[in-house]
Amino acid sequence: MRVNLTVNGQPRSDEIEPRLLLVHYLRDVAGLTGTHVGCESTLCGACTVLLDGKAVKSCTVLAAQAGGASVTTVEGLAKDGKFHPIQDGFWEEHGLQCGYCTPGMMMAAVDLLSRTTNPSEDEIRHALEGNLCRCTGYQHIIKAVQYAAEKMRAAAGR
Amino acid sequence: MAVVPKFVGERIKRREDPRLISGTATYVDDVRLPDTLAAVVLRSPYPHARINSIDVAAARSAPGVVAVLTGGDLKDKVGGIPCVAPAEHIPFHPLLAQGKVRFVGESVAIVVASDAYKAQDAADLIDVDYNPLDAVSDPEKALEDGAPVLHEEFGNNLVTRALVPNPAVDEAIAKADKVIKFRIVNQRLAPVPMEPRGVLANWHQASGHLTIWTSTQIPHLLRSGLAAVLGLPENRVRVIAPEVGGGFGAKLNFYREEALVAYLSRMLGRPVKWIERRRENLAATTHGRDQITYLEVPVKKDGTVLGIKAKFICDMGAYLQLLTPAIPGFSGLMMTGCYKIPAMSFEQVMVFTNKMATDAYRGAGRPEAAYIAERTMDMVAGELGLDPVEVRRRNFIPKEAFPYATCAGLVYDSGDYNAALNKALEIVDYPKMRAEQADALKHGRYVGIGIASYVEICGLGPSVMLPPKVPGWESATVRMEPDSRVTVLTGISPHGQGQETTFAQMAADAFGIDIDDVAVVHGDTAIVQYGVGTFGSRGLSVGGAALMMSVGKVQDKLKKIASTMMEAPPDQLTFANRTVALKSDAAKSIPLQAVVDAAYGWKMPIPGMEPGLDATSVFEPAGCTFPFGTHISVVEIDPDTGVVKFLRYIAVDDCGNIISPLLVAGQVHGGIAQGIAQALYEEVVYDENGQLVTATLMDYAAPRAQMLPRYELAHTVTPSPLNPMGVKGVGEAGTIGSTPCVVNAVMDALKPLGIRHIDMPLRPEKLWRAIKDAKKA
Repeated sequence: MRVNLTVNGQPRSDEIEPRLLLVHYLRDVAGLTGTHVGCESTLCGACTVLLDGKAVKSCTVLAAQAGGASVTTVEGLAKDGKFHPIQDGFWEEHGLQCGYCTPGMMMAAVDLLSRTTNPSEDEIRHALEGNLCRCTGYQHIIKAVQYAAEKMRAAAGR
Repeated sequence: MAVVPKFVGERIKRREDPRLISGTATYVDDVRLPDTLAAVVLRSPYPHARINSIDVAAARSAPGVVAVLTGGDLKDKVGGIPCVAPAEHIPFHPLLAQGKVRFVGESVAIVVASDAYKAQDAADLIDVDYNPLDAVSDPEKALEDGAPVLHEEFGNNLVTRALVPNPAVDEAIAKADKVIKFRIVNQRLAPVPMEPRGVLANWHQASGHLTIWTSTQIPHLLRSGLAAVLGLPENRVRVIAPEVGGGFGAKLNFYREEALVAYLSRMLGRPVKWIERRRENLAATTHGRDQITYLEVPVKKDGTVLGIKAKFICDMGAYLQLLTPAIPGFSGLMMTGCYKIPAMSFEQVMVFTNKMATDAYRGAGRPEAAYIAERTMDMVAGELGLDPVEVRRRNFIPKEAFPYATCAGLVYDSGDYNAALNKALEIVDYPKMRAEQADALKHGRYVGIGIASYVEICGLGPSVMLPPKVPGWESATVRMEPDSRVTVLTGISPHGQGQETTFAQMAADAFGIDIDDVAVVHGDTAIVQYGVGTFGSRGLSVGGAALMMSVGKVQDKLKKIASTMMEAPPDQLTFANRTVALKSDAAKSIPLQAVVDAAYGWKMPIPGMEPGLDATSVFEPAGCTFPFGTHISVVEIDPDTGVVKFLRYIAVDDCGNIISPLLVAGQVHGGIAQGIAQALYEEVVYDENGQLVTATLMDYAAPRAQMLPRYELAHTVTPSPLNPMGVKGVGEAGTIGSTPCVVNAVMDALKPLGIRHIDMPLRPEKLWRAIKDAKKA
């Protein structure tokens, strides 16, 4: 079957198997390997992407279901050669070690920051509960999200 | 010219991160080669069964399928998976089951097809006729007469028995005021690196060359192992550990799939890739811990511990992986902890069960040891009515006693255990916290304060301490390039630890150049000289020491060349701000580049010296390092739900000198998280018939952000005398201190209810039942 969708702002049209998962479409058809597979069962969040602006686990969405939608992956975060504030936050606050969960973690955080501009520590912990990290113990991830929130508020003049 | 700053000891953002946060890092599954085939492994659903027959006809003719292999196809064509640690019974460990399966998840067949979807379709068509056998998952039952035997050739399930006897312990038991006896369990855990394992192999027929990308912590050791199993010359095998998404010991191994995929690529003449799924990761990647310990602790009334006698039952699983029977040794040797306990003895019985093999998992034997030592101290305090702080202080090895030879025969390099304890007590304000605890109890609130003073063994290590074929040294090459930039080739294989940053900090300072002028390369056996790998918190203390040896050699050469140019003795020269300068007068200097030009251009040869600027060194440590610290947690238990809530978590760690404070904090945080997970949440569960119950991340409770506290960190600094940087290692410290700290806190909270001990994980349901039963009684 044919699927038409937008990935990181670029329209695409591809012939796919109906059973193809979105994460495999992104990695193997679109060639965007920044989105990782960690559990194939929605439990770890490594594959989190934005589907029309909302965080989804792309291992349990069919590529076909994303037809007509707009997908944003980690590769689409930076703009004009500059990192997104969430990327700056993860770098600045040592929010990653092995880096495998990081793209999904950042996409989930971007979703949170699109809903609330000044999340509390507790809100951040709950917003990220669908994303597992095995390296950091989460504390630096929380600081990374707070760093990004502050930067984004400053940029928006709030 | 801008001044080049110093980097060691500063908060430095990681050099690794830009590729990782932009989604452009290359993990194994991200490596793309043309014509790559995908492999899927068919695994046993039975814990113990005889294989009557395997029908692969339908799978072989399925669309896209290129090959299907079963155990019979490999018989006598390829070796088995090695276990390098000594044991009485080491069974043949096949790549695919040979006639019998011995644990759920054991590989039975492998299918290779044009893509992974088609390979899975075909794997589903394989018909295996199993004859199920009785299975045993409890290691104590596995030792009983009449238990199902996993490996018939041995007649029973004994792997090996290790004895460290000492009659002085029995004498101490005979004359003690009191002997405290208890049984504790370090439950089985799954390491769960976020990146599952993965392998891509590419056989080049014309040159007879094998290249393998694999998610490993030990590329060089793996190269040696693969070459031996496949019968290839080692100089025709190249192992690349690309970006590796966490290991925690689980990737300090040599796995069936690594050899299988390499074998298939050679057989088919095409690249073959296998990517582990999470279910496979939980079933067929090594587990950790799984030790039962029976303890007898003779004490004096004042809390002095006179000895420790232990019997361990260690569950090895169904086969032995690379180091499986070597891990429990550390639990025994380190169980006297920070204490001047005059005598210890132990017996370890290692057992086969119908489960995945255990092996190294973050801490590997030392978390078990610290758990024993620190639960012992709290048991002693509880039985004698003493404060746990007082009992620890009474038994601590005093700081004047270092280097200290323990009764287990280890030599602790340096330490000041009181300093770390005092600092932690100060941060938590111990007397005030005890008063608050008493007050809370009056209001029916169960608050507990848990203390753990740990010491661990790191920087493995002198080669004699490791099993045959696993060296303890580490290697490094330092090359100053013609443009005076530095390339470091390190034999360690970091997978999240950040040595591309810390090693760059060290090299930059040594040569007076910018951190961006240093590139650190690792994880490719075709580029990097033979090395050992990253495990046992050895990256910096052993790998970094090798780095500094090579740095010193290149510095010496630069100084000698500069000496002829500056007419000053080499020992009066130093490196700063991209110059070689006089130590006594930094203004008298020549540009570093001028010296580098002389070294490469070689227009003024120096007798006895070779042109160029590189050096390779190997550092063999004289001894292990012994990081230590005290962790204190304050928890509150909700008696209606059994839920444990953290009020404080304080970690005072001493890892010697600190190169990178930001990265040390990261290591400690992550370690604490995994240690808390053992205390409260995680357990690999096999039912009594050997079926794996925790086969997904829905069942295996790796902690999420809201399940963990905010950590308050502090440090004391006691340098190690054993390496030039005075570092000790910090990769596992958090894991080792946190588990007993949290269990002690929970038991402290439940003490008013008369509860003495509950085995981990202290899940709400377990605590709720214990509280309910205690209240009934």
